[in-house]
Amino acid sequence: MNASLLSLENVTKRFGAGAQQVLAVDRVSLELMAGECLAIVGESGSGKSTIANMVLGIYPPSEGIIRFHGEELPARRQLRHRQLIQLVQQNPLSALNPRRSIGASMRLALDVHRIGPASSRRARVSELLEEVGLPADFADRMPASLSGGQRQRVAIARALACQSRVLVLDEPTSALDVLVQARVLRLLGELRPKRDLSYIFITHDLSVVRNIADRVAVFEKGRLVELADTATIFDHPGHPYTRSLISAVPVITDDELSLRGRLAREPEHEH
Amino acid sequence: MTPSSLKAPTLAIADLTLGFRSWRGYAQVLHGISLDIKPGERVALVGESGSGKSVTARIVLGLLQQLKTARISGRVEFEGHDLEAIHPAERHRLRGTAMSMIFQDPTSSLNPVFTIGVQFHEVLKRADANLTYEAAADRAAAILAEVSIPDADRVLSAYPFQLSGGMNQRVMIAMALANEPKLLIADEPGTALDVTVQAQTLHLMRQLVEDHGTAVLFISHNLGVVREFADRVYVIYKGRIVETGPTEAIFADPRHPYTRVLMEAVPRITGGGIPEIEEDAAGFGDPLVVHEEAVR
Amino acid sequence: MKRSFAILLSNPMSVAGLILVSIVVLSAVFADYIAPFPDHRGAVVDFANFNQPPHWPNIMGTDLVGRDMLSRILYAYRISLVLGVVVLAIAVPIGVTIGLAGGYLGGWAEYILLRITDVFLSIPPLVLAMSIMGVLEPTLINGMMAVTAMWWPWYTRLVYNITRAEREEGYVLAAEVIGASKLHIMFREILPNCVPAVITKMTLDLGFVILIVSSLSFLGLGVQPPTPDLGSMVADGARYLPDSWWLTVFPGLAILVAVFGFNLIGDAMRDVFGGDQ
Repeated sequence: MNASLLSLENVTKRFGAGAQQVLAVDRVSLELMAGECLAIVGESGSGKSTIANMVLGIYPPSEGIIRFHGEELPARRQLRHRQLIQLVQQNPLSALNPRRSIGASMRLALDVHRIGPASSRRARVSELLEEVGLPADFADRMPASLSGGQRQRVAIARALACQSRVLVLDEPTSALDVLVQARVLRLLGELRPKRDLSYIFITHDLSVVRNIADRVAVFEKGRLVELADTATIFDHPGHPYTRSLISAVPVITDDELSLRGRLAREPEHEH
Repeated sequence: MTPSSLKAPTLAIADLTLGFRSWRGYAQVLHGISLDIKPGERVALVGESGSGKSVTARIVLGLLQQLKTARISGRVEFEGHDLEAIHPAERHRLRGTAMSMIFQDPTSSLNPVFTIGVQFHEVLKRADANLTYEAAADRAAAILAEVSIPDADRVLSAYPFQLSGGMNQRVMIAMALANEPKLLIADEPGTALDVTVQAQTLHLMRQLVEDHGTAVLFISHNLGVVREFADRVYVIYKGRIVETGPTEAIFADPRHPYTRVLMEAVPRITGGGIPEIEEDAAGFGDPLVVHEEAVR
Repeated sequence: MKRSFAILLSNPMSVAGLILVSIVVLSAVFADYIAPFPDHRGAVVDFANFNQPPHWPNIMGTDLVGRDMLSRILYAYRISLVLGVVVLAIAVPIGVTIGLAGGYLGGWAEYILLRITDVFLSIPPLVLAMSIMGVLEPTLINGMMAVTAMWWPWYTRLVYNITRAEREEGYVLAAEVIGASKLHIMFREILPNCVPAVITKMTLDLGFVILIVSSLSFLGLGVQPPTPDLGSMVADGARYLPDSWWLTVFPGLAILVAVFGFNLIGDAMRDVFGGDQ
């Protein structure tokens, strides 16, 4: 793991005003290293989606700074900032416009960022589709004729089209069946070194995290409660909330059961 | 109730097929499903989306039969009685009393404009039409205590949106079991909830059906949840049961190619990476694998 | 497309609507060929043959100056349809654009645009059109302007509501994260998702515009003589009821057929478009 690519410095986000104000993210500092997959784990209300939205520039932090390669990202992102960080959403059904073809949805990314000469973009769409394991002629199809896994591949291809450095993966497989999930996770795993990408993987599913993330940041009620290497988090979770999250994962093998049992008995660690 | 029906399985489905007619032709969804649930037994029907697991539950509940486009054949017997043979009014009376259900999203399954207490009253009135609100509230408080809701008064006077998702789910479980049903159908319960809440409610539900001796048809796509909840498992793939047997047997030794791949694909919290899953499902059409019940 | 037709033809009411609308549209388009007395659309007088009940060759009778009722109804259809199409062609783009802008941009734009729309919506449509027509000369052009002025806000409301819902969809978020312009998101991403509802409403409205124009003409504020118009025909004939019933019944039926037909088609459209959402 090398240099820091993206960093959050003391970031706070409040919504609303006065008595109804909600503190969604509370003084979080976090770094994403170049080439790593950082999992952001938490349940609803943990602030994990708010972090993602601030990183993507959908809204600015109330306090604190977000930097990319040391450069502060402004509240109003310019196109070059947008190009750096792209998103893959949870629900592939809504992430693609039902009334535009797959090709048109992907072309948008190429057109907005003027990637390659206009005449080559159709061919570029085909290449991208093939890169995510879809036939090139999918460009002419409508989202409704694709399965959930295929749609998610299109969403990944669209994010790749921007030639970004960071992908925010917001529960990218939680709406998919387990076989499809495995294929999409493998695809994401292959693309990261090949495309020199870094991932911010937002999820509540710790069994997925275990197998794809380099580091894990656990959030509870807007606060970062634990940050460590994936192996450390699972072998010696330090925070009680982390332990309860791991214990709640439904498991299928005896090895996993004994891991859960050991966590229940073991005293808490600090790291 | 005749003596013979006492020995009968709570639910017996034989050769159930289902197809839908549409403008583009006929689509077969179920290709002859057979399954049975003994009294007090927890049985899981596990499969991916589109496998036919949810429609099976809907047929048992009698919710698909009125659909004009649906073509159903086969037998569904509830406590030894053919559901097709009994009068629709009688079948309707079964729902919510002898047979009840829990759906995926608790908050949208409850009516937002009535308090929990009023909805509990409605549920209990299905079994006892003359029940007063006060008597219903007492019964509700007793069963709410069983799902670890001690302050029943507050919950009964609340509207669903005033309660958390986990609380609503527990209310749903309590309601579903309030009339002491013989069979509970749970369709992906708790999938819409947070993991920790889901684990708790699952645990509660298991405890409760065990205490009440309720048979459960548990519909799920989540193998881990199935392993923790069910006594026996049916694996369904594209409208066919491909493997069935006691939970431990299936998880210890999955034999059908589809079941194997399905289990392999589940990420493990002990690590090991994401396996490569072949797109081509070569052996998925293999015949049914049955694990014999362990002799005790 | 094939599926749309399958849905359309599977419902007898839709088929009925299709037939009625075809009758209206074909009558309007081919009035020159179908009408027994094409010149009767203008200021023709034939006192030898005035106020006659239906008989051959005037199968719907003749009016007070001896013109063939059927011919005048066919030409009235043509004018009503042209009016309807022109009104919608102006009102719909205006209403849709304002609705998209209000719904997507939010904030002050939403507040101002929607309040203006509400002002128009709060005035009873016929009153608004009548006051405009009262101030201006009651010509065909002014009639169209008046009806247009009261029609666009309904499209604003419709599109605004859809846009508010679509704004929350993932594809809008995706386009924003990519960095697409607001114009692109409004017109290329959200608008296509409003089209089914807008087309459905346009079909329904074509009938209503005909009705409104007829109402204005009935009040003497719409199409002016000698141009044939269904509303003024009903109005003129009403004084001679019940004796000269054909003067009102046939134009009245003609209005009914058009409005009913477009309504049935509009409902059918809703089924067709509703099916794939």
